[in-house]
Amino acid sequence: MKKIFFFILSISLFILIFSQEKPILTFLGEDTPDSIVKNFTIDASDIPNDGGGGIELKWDSPEILKDWFISIIRIDEDGKRVLLTTDIPILSKQVRDVNSEEEPDRVIDSKGYNYWGILSKKFITEELLQILLDTFDFKEGLYSFNDDTFFVLSKTQMVYSKASWFNFLRLAVLISLIIISLTFLYYLNLAKKGKDLYIRKINGLDAVEEAVGRSTEMGKPIMYILGIGYVTDIPTIAGLTILGRVAKKVAEYETKILVPSYDPVVMTTAQEVVKEAFTEAGRPDLYNKNDIMYITQDQFGYAAGVDGMMMREKPGAIFLQGLFFAESLILAETGHSIGAIQISGTTETAQLPFFVAACDYTLIGEEMMAASVYLQKEPMMLGSIAAEDFLKVIIMSILVLGFLLSFLGSGLKIEFFKNLFDILYQALQV
Amino acid sequence: MFIRRTLPLLVSAIFGVALIFQFFIPHPASKSFYNMMLDWLIIVSAFTYLIAVQSTVELHITKIKRKVEGWQYSIIVLVSLFVTALLGIFGGAFMPTTLWMKIFHNVKPTDTTPLMYTYLYMQMPMQSTIFSLLAFYMASAAFRSFRARSFDATLLLITAGIVTIGRVPLGEFIYKGLPDVVEWILKYPNMAAQRGILIGVQLGIIATSIKIILGIERKYLGGGK
Repeated sequence: MKKIFFFILSISLFILIFSQEKPILTFLGEDTPDSIVKNFTIDASDIPNDGGGGIELKWDSPEILKDWFISIIRIDEDGKRVLLTTDIPILSKQVRDVNSEEEPDRVIDSKGYNYWGILSKKFITEELLQILLDTFDFKEGLYSFNDDTFFVLSKTQMVYSKASWFNFLRLAVLISLIIISLTFLYYLNLAKKGKDLYIRKINGLDAVEEAVGRSTEMGKPIMYILGIGYVTDIPTIAGLTILGRVAKKVAEYETKILVPSYDPVVMTTAQEVVKEAFTEAGRPDLYNKNDIMYITQDQFGYAAGVDGMMMREKPGAIFLQGLFFAESLILAETGHSIGAIQISGTTETAQLPFFVAACDYTLIGEEMMAASVYLQKEPMMLGSIAAEDFLKVIIMSILVLGFLLSFLGSGLKIEFFKNLFDILYQALQV
Repeated sequence: MFIRRTLPLLVSAIFGVALIFQFFIPHPASKSFYNMMLDWLIIVSAFTYLIAVQSTVELHITKIKRKVEGWQYSIIVLVSLFVTALLGIFGGAFMPTTLWMKIFHNVKPTDTTPLMYTYLYMQMPMQSTIFSLLAFYMASAAFRSFRARSFDATLLLITAGIVTIGRVPLGEFIYKGLPDVVEWILKYPNMAAQRGILIGVQLGIIATSIKIILGIERKYLGGGK
């Protein structure tokens, strides 16, 4: 009896489900009640200066359509349909068809695409989207779905995405690069010809000898910390240059240098730098490879390891030269607590106040970069410093000019200067 | 000499210039080249970890052999190193751990691998501990810096005092406009100084990069001028 009951129930349910009338998308004709809706068009164009992976769609937004939404379907030249976007307000006026390289359905270079815009007063349902993507043969006009929803379809011309061989948006960068490179080459050439170039005194670097000497007198080692940068970071390279000079002094004073490292490549490079410096000083016998050791590549693990080493070895001088982040003060304060003379240097502006507070000398930003020049005092190197100074003058002049134009244009409302400011702004914009 | 000096300088110059050009070319071919460079970097970096392990093992074995002060800690370092490595090799970091399941067929994936367990419940608390020390170090460094011994230090003390009070509700309670004063200090004098430093740093980076490409700066090769 039970089985018969369940059988009848199942059959009834089956009939109920499949007898329900499916909503049908009905074509109501090409004429629309509103001429603005009928004249709504989408312009599709290739996005310039890209790798051929983007198309931009734009449309006008008449006032009468301000409450409407648009959904867009892309059809490629092979007929494959992809849903680009659903139910965005018409007022947004544009959308970009750009996806990441991992996206299999992204726009591809040199392939043709059409776009269909579907206008609706309500959000369109999943069911309708599926019909549009799978089975519906598009024809421009007015449609009804579920009695109360209306759509107008508008198709774009076939548009091709093209990859560019030059990004014109970066033209200002290219021009700056050419000017900067030519300035450097000019000053390097001047230096090569023997022109006398001046470099100001950097106290932190002059104190190197004092720090190493003091540490030697106290019979304590020197610690050199290169921070948590990699060999690809310029501040780390600057730190390695200063290490060469410090290591040479260390060898001359016959003391010991400890270099705890964060990165294995930096460690290997530091080993080579120290070895070479000891050889230059005529004391290769004092070089111990194990004094330049790897700690860990965990930021706070590294800080803990170096702090522990400071507390055990009690170095007389500590050099913190390289790229530092949140561990900077942990290292510098521990160094201060053991009474070591500390010379720090970094390009990270957020860490500079910590170093200034906790260290005896601090190389601020570019001073660190200039250290290699300062220490080697080679004419070619001095040329690059002179070029940097010249470029700084140019940058400062542009800043002052921008300020004046902005003040006269936007502040005093003088149209001529406002236009000049806009030109300058456009020229410098990347 | 050619292998140790000239070849690395040539490689730096060629790839340095190539990557500058790459920055201006959005074509997919240029992007593929850039991605290939990144892949090479990852491959080379992976090998450098062998150097790191070799350095760590050599250093701590030497310490144990010579029984230097605290040599017992070196045993802990070496045991931790190898246990963590074994947990990673046989247990994997994420689920499913294919190697583990290949060896032991009846093992089912779980949410936490032994390696992740050590990371979440040992390494992370230790990291947090060290990071939290920063608060105390900041207090001690601030105490020293803010002592009004000179005009500069007095200026620093006054500014820091205004900014500190202005960032908490008490500041607004004392004077309603104080948060705006703080905002102005941070937005203008502070930002101007930071940008000045940054312009110098960026020019320094460009200068060093040009010197590396031209082969004038050679310190990154290890030793030499």
